Amino acid sequence: MAKPGVRGGLRLDAHKERSTAQALRAASSVETLVLPLDQHAGAPAVPLVKPGERVLRGQPIAEPGGAISAWLHSPASGTVAAIEPRPAPHRLGAPTLSIVVANDGRDERYAQPAPAPFDQLSPEQLREIIGRGGIVGLGGAVFPTAAKLSSAVRGQELRLLLNGAECEPYISCDDMLMRERARDVVFGARVLLHALTAQTCVIAIEDDTPQAAAALEAAIAEAHDQRIQLRQVGSDYPAGGERQLITAVFDVEVPAGGLPADVNTVCLNVGTAAAVAYWIRDAQPLTNRIVTVTGDGVLEQRNLDVRLGTPLAALIYDCGGYTSRMSRLIMGGSMMGQSLPHDGMPVIKATNCIIAASALDLQPRAAEMPCIRCGNCAEVCPATLLPQQLHWYAMGRDLDALEAYGLMDCIECGCCDYVCPSQIPLAERFRDMKPALTERLAARGSAAAARTRFDARTARLEHIESERLAALAKKRQELAKKSS
Amino acid sequence: MPFATAPAPHVVAPSSVARVMRQVLYALIPTVALHVVFFGPGLLIQIVLGVVTALAAEAAALRLRGKPLPPFLLDGSAIITAVLLALCLPPLAPWWLVVSGVAFAILLAKHLFGGLGANPFNPAMVGYAVLLVSFPARMLQWLPPNVAGLEPASLSFVDTLTTIFTGMPPARFTWDAITSPTPLDALRTDLALGMTMGEAHANAMFSTFGGKGWEWINLATLAGGGWLLALRIIRWHIPVAMLTALFVCASIMSAADPGGYAGPLFHLTSGASMLGAFFIATDPVSAATSDRGKLIYGAGIGVLTYVIRTWGGYPDGVAFAVLIMNLTVPLIDRYTIPRIYGHAR
Amino acid sequence: MLPALLTMVGLAAAAGAAAALATRRSNEDQKRLIDEIDALLPQTQCGRCTFSGCRPYASALASGEADIDQCPPGGNATAAALANLLGREPRPVDPRFGAVRAQPLVAWIDESACIGCVKCIQACPVDAIVGASKFMHTVIADQCTGCELCIPPCPVDCIVMRPASA
Repeated sequence: MAKPGVRGGLRLDAHKERSTAQALRAASSVETLVLPLDQHAGAPAVPLVKPGERVLRGQPIAEPGGAISAWLHSPASGTVAAIEPRPAPHRLGAPTLSIVVANDGRDERYAQPAPAPFDQLSPEQLREIIGRGGIVGLGGAVFPTAAKLSSAVRGQELRLLLNGAECEPYISCDDMLMRERARDVVFGARVLLHALTAQTCVIAIEDDTPQAAAALEAAIAEAHDQRIQLRQVGSDYPAGGERQLITAVFDVEVPAGGLPADVNTVCLNVGTAAAVAYWIRDAQPLTNRIVTVTGDGVLEQRNLDVRLGTPLAALIYDCGGYTSRMSRLIMGGSMMGQSLPHDGMPVIKATNCIIAASALDLQPRAAEMPCIRCGNCAEVCPATLLPQQLHWYAMGRDLDALEAYGLMDCIECGCCDYVCPSQIPLAERFRDMKPALTERLAARGSAAAARTRFDARTARLEHIESERLAALAKKRQELAKKSS
Repeated sequence: MPFATAPAPHVVAPSSVARVMRQVLYALIPTVALHVVFFGPGLLIQIVLGVVTALAAEAAALRLRGKPLPPFLLDGSAIITAVLLALCLPPLAPWWLVVSGVAFAILLAKHLFGGLGANPFNPAMVGYAVLLVSFPARMLQWLPPNVAGLEPASLSFVDTLTTIFTGMPPARFTWDAITSPTPLDALRTDLALGMTMGEAHANAMFSTFGGKGWEWINLATLAGGGWLLALRIIRWHIPVAMLTALFVCASIMSAADPGGYAGPLFHLTSGASMLGAFFIATDPVSAATSDRGKLIYGAGIGVLTYVIRTWGGYPDGVAFAVLIMNLTVPLIDRYTIPRIYGHAR
Repeated sequence: MLPALLTMVGLAAAAGAAAALATRRSNEDQKRLIDEIDALLPQTQCGRCTFSGCRPYASALASGEADIDQCPPGGNATAAALANLLGREPRPVDPRFGAVRAQPLVAWIDESACIGCVKCIQACPVDAIVGASKFMHTVIADQCTGCELCIPPCPVDCIVMRPASA
């Protein structure tokens, strides 16, 4: 492998001062919580409750629906009002089957058995228990954490990387978590180290978050754990991209099409580590998360500790409501966030930030011109792609060329979009072409599997045939010997 | 509450093609200014003629192709083609030379291939090459520079205008009286006649490094190029590669035979070396794509420029060097794809 | 005149000879070519091309015995890719070798009619049917390539082709 390096990237205005000025507080309680069953990667969860049933806070209400799936827990005590399709933010407003819980306001907790000290459990047991907490990756990918941990353990020495490098503008939930709850992050790190039988943990943060750095250093010192270190990386966007961060911290590249486990690394968000701590230490499953509410279109910009299922409209109301300049509602950051058609959708496990954007926050694209091949895009691409070439072939729908130029390696960070003088919506074009290419690669994969099975069958039949001929030859020989 | 939606990213840099082109035009101001100082106002008339022709040709082509006139007409690319071509033409060239050259560049070298962003060849250089091959005599009728030691014929502004629009010198002059070859042209002729470098250099039109006047114009172009580099409108790879290659070739040959070959500083400050390095070869549409590719592309232009100047049929080789390297760009691009993150090669 | 003419003819001849030499293939190149062709084929192993599997067809294509328009499961896209690889004229799939399907189909056994005779299991080229003598047979849809070789042997005609997405 050639010399690894972190290339490209952009220096962007962070827009995080206002949302980090105040301490975290809990979001106000709401009457109805809507919990989509497919709000994690993998198979949708299967409901365990029925409409009309009473549920308690922290009670499991849906179980995993497949090998890669997650538990879902009720964020409040109350009644299951319905199990029906409701608009979901990760489907951009399209309906998906959700459990609707009517909150009775009493916050009665489900009786969880007292957790055993985690270091007395075997790593396999610990991983299984982590799964039962409904823990998924809270950095946005919402991949079931237990499955990620189990698939990474292959007998080699692993190292843990906790991603606190919150590089995208506007998002500050991880920063607030690290400032105020650094101890929980460090506890979660220790649990994960045991679950992976790993000896090294690096918590990576950006170099422009001194309060988080100080809090984490203090928490690590307090835990007296030599295995955990803090590392600061540059704050260029997208320094917090999983592959870019692994390269910056460990100086290795994750192979294309591969996983961090291929380079003996497991990368989890700091929020996920904290969620692990709450479950393993305090028997509180994943029912809440920190959400940044920001943008010039909302009165009060801050971070809130929110119950899953809270409608976004209620969250905005909790922050003083919209200003008259409100224009676009974005779930996520300004570079990769998804624009939502309305605010009647719930907070899900992936909701890290809500931007109520006004014209001040947005810098929309001007009319699209042809590509002048200036090369600005290639200069900033963190995956070292040639976006101008990808654009050329995307226009021609040339799947062979798109594959050769690395379309599947595009992390859709939007850096190329940002710098394009011709205002071409590059990230959108690449997103549009990926399904066709994925389909083709899948077809190629199943063809290769069919070839393997065919070859195996042919070999088996030939083997049977040659054994039969050998048996006949042997019989012939014996008969010839007998008669002589 | 409903909201309008839009795809990510939700912020983009306020950049535009017009802004890039405008910066390039600003960077050409020193070159144009010094050119006028040394060679008179002819260039300005050529530029006006060229720009009008370029915009008219662009509008006609856009109409024929069914494209909208704004934003393409004022994106500045046609204007730049006209200015660059005007800079390569003799200041007293007849009006039909710049008009036909620019029209050819815009209509055939640019729009026939698909318009902005689709031309495989540098349009200004295509126009120049066509003019040079078709009207060689007219293209080599330059003026002596307005410096001490040379006595250019004094032509008023009106004289310049009439010369350009009638194609004939003012009544009291002949062509021979007002025109003179460029330093590169003079050097070629003198060396071909058997003179050594030292003898050829004794001509009043040469100064320490290059030709009088020309070296200042090249320095002004270098300053303009530095401005573009500072603004990151262009990147350093092509100019540095081209000038280095030119420097190296000239150094080797003049070290081997100082009497027969011009030195590196002469080459760097003569003709269109700086203009080519910073404004012509860096045309992004027709240049190589990756950084390594740009280095190869620039070096190739430098080498070819030297070869054509020294052994080729024309005094300045930048135009043909650029066009030949434009031909090789697809091949260069194919073999210089940068390694993608996570891939072995 | 004559020297110029001879020079041009000589250069052309030299260029042609160089090109012919460059396109010659060694034995190893031949094997690599067969691998490349095989990689483009859909691995249905159906035999509609009149060869006993995808690799024999690839081998025949490499040696020039077969043409590029003989693979209906690959469709016109595969025919075009083969034409591109082998430098031949692109053509749509010849309907004499079979119809090009609009969407992928997989086999499905009607379990109420299956008699457990294992004839389809023996016929399947990729072992996508599980079962044993006198036991229920079933097609693993994910592994079925849609070759339809199981349909003729079935004595009770209980196998049909259904769209893969169903």
